[in-house]
Amino acid sequence: MALPSYTETRYRIWHYVYLAICAFVFFFLVAPLFVIFPLSFNAEEFLVFSEGMKNLDPDAFSLRWYKDMVYGTKNPWGLAAKNSFIIAIFATIGSIILGTLAALGLSSRHMPYKGIIMATLISPMIVPLIISGVAIFFFMAKVGLAATHTGIVFAHIILGTPFVVITVTATLSGFDHSVTRAAASLGSNPVNTFMKITLPLILPGVISGGLFAFVTSFDEVVVVLFLAGLENTTIPVQMWTGLREQLSPTILAVATCLIILSTLILISAELLRRRSERLRGINR
Amino acid sequence: MSSEVKQILTTDGIPLEVSLKKAERKNKIKAFLLVAPLLLFLVITYIFPIGEMFTRSIDDKMITNMLPKTFKKMESWDGQELPPKEIFSAFYYDYKVLVENQEHGKLGQRLNKEKNGFNSTTKRLFRNIKRKKIDESASIKEQMIKVHKNWGKVEYWQAIKRTAPPYTLAKYLKGMDMYYAADGSITQVDEDRRIHRILWLRTLEIAFFVTVFCFLMGYPIAHLLATLPMKYSNLLMICVLLPFWTSLLVRTASWMILLQQQGVVNDFFVMIGLVADDSRPEMMYNKVGTYVAMTQILLPFMVLPLYSVMKTISPSLMRAGKSLGGTPFVAFWKVYFPLTIPGIGAGCLLVFILAIGYYITPALVGGASGTLISNQIAYHMKTTLDWSFASAMGLMLLTGVLVIYWIYNKLVGVDNIKLG
Repeated sequence: MALPSYTETRYRIWHYVYLAICAFVFFFLVAPLFVIFPLSFNAEEFLVFSEGMKNLDPDAFSLRWYKDMVYGTKNPWGLAAKNSFIIAIFATIGSIILGTLAALGLSSRHMPYKGIIMATLISPMIVPLIISGVAIFFFMAKVGLAATHTGIVFAHIILGTPFVVITVTATLSGFDHSVTRAAASLGSNPVNTFMKITLPLILPGVISGGLFAFVTSFDEVVVVLFLAGLENTTIPVQMWTGLREQLSPTILAVATCLIILSTLILISAELLRRRSERLRGINR
Repeated sequence: MSSEVKQILTTDGIPLEVSLKKAERKNKIKAFLLVAPLLLFLVITYIFPIGEMFTRSIDDKMITNMLPKTFKKMESWDGQELPPKEIFSAFYYDYKVLVENQEHGKLGQRLNKEKNGFNSTTKRLFRNIKRKKIDESASIKEQMIKVHKNWGKVEYWQAIKRTAPPYTLAKYLKGMDMYYAADGSITQVDEDRRIHRILWLRTLEIAFFVTVFCFLMGYPIAHLLATLPMKYSNLLMICVLLPFWTSLLVRTASWMILLQQQGVVNDFFVMIGLVADDSRPEMMYNKVGTYVAMTQILLPFMVLPLYSVMKTISPSLMRAGKSLGGTPFVAFWKVYFPLTIPGIGAGCLLVFILAIGYYITPALVGGASGTLISNQIAYHMKTTLDWSFASAMGLMLLTGVLVIYWIYNKLVGVDNIKLG
């Protein structure tokens, strides 16, 4: 965004001030994440940069806390990671199936009471999490699913489906319905049409909604705190307990792993978004 | 030629109108069946339990079921002076049943909430019933007053009468630091015990300021992202999306490290000479920490809707504004800014609603002043187990959020919300 040569001095100054503000905000957004990296390799037990680290002394760095994370005795991280992945994967599958079906119905122009149904379906996104947590807990306690994996998976399906509904409806808004009619006129049954024609076209939307659902479940702590027993602990619950009791460097090692994971998810989400933009470009 | 209009028929002889309606209905059902599984799932596991929170929050049936005879007799009592002896004996027999079922403790605790001293009053009666000291052939009224003088005070009987309706709004009043006084009027609690009002105000204050900060920081960078050429903006977009996809707890942890007294921010302040090494300011476990951390965590939710709106504004509009004689500031204020209002609305709504129900970050970095209404709900759910009070507070919060949402819908329209 180069300035034209005729710009007056005061606008020139204002422009650089504006760029400086933007630079500061970007720094504010990203810098906190990068503090965790070096500190997780700290050889000492304290969560501050030691003198050795400031002088880049190799002895001041170690993999001690990563070892502790993986092999540490009585360490909850293994179980927590296993639970987190199992719950998130099942919750994602559930959200994708229910959410995609609902989005297909919602984007049909024959759908009755569209407004109120859409509002109901995305309500878990608007209602504050703590209230969702209380309501879901009451339900799960009544049907005897509290402190079970199944209960938490159901809870995360509730929280994850709105994302799938929104992304898939958005993808379907640019969808050319004549292709499904063409398939039907060529003798394909609805299921076949969906699998061979519709699904491949809306797949980017489905997957990015699924990624949202996965991250929501993987990162969710408020509802799990209500529902989980000792057996169902997840990574966020362990981090919450750890951060409340004492900040140990092992948490930073876990956090570093989580940042790497979220970077991977970010990259795949970006690639998907670009692909779907390309596809929509062809449709036009 | 007949005078009546000829109906158009399909090939199988059914009028076209009917046939079309039938097809339409079939499509409607088909569309609805696709939505039905999710809708049913949500209604059963989510919407219905939220409704149940309401019944739970006003439910006061326990005591109504415990003292059926007493309340029946009390219908004709005006509540002005000491009740007649029939009410005494009705209460006595109700209480005897409770003692047999070992439920008398619950009654005592519940009545104690209504009037202090009730617990000991009922316990005394319990002991006398257990030891069979009450002679049922003599006047029960006199014996009860002899057991404990409180039975002879009209306030205690008024307290019992107040618990008669199966529903009560007491929990909602408690959430607003009010209660039913002895004469049934609504009274405020003493000034030094108004904790909930402080929490509501603090929650609103934090949500409001976090929204303002997010707006002030988010607007410039959303503008930059929307106006930069694609290859730069894609790179900078990662700076917004990486925190967005990163775990909330990871980001909170990093702020805890940054803001601690020996932390990086304080180190930096000392280095540039802003503060002395021995007087490092406390930036965590107070409001500063809550504001800083929550602003950073919620900022992407402001930037993304703003960006998606700004992206659609053609740069030629600003050029037109300038070529018509406006200074860049005027062109911005009169042309660009009004066009971004849907984005501002969506971003502020999103951030405000998320902030008002925030729980994790304030609890970790906020210290005592970081306790918000959500923390209080969680506390009553998990520690005091007063679920009906937690439900009442939750529904009050939910009502607030829905009102904001409704206002927003009237002003801007919910359809403008976009996800990235």
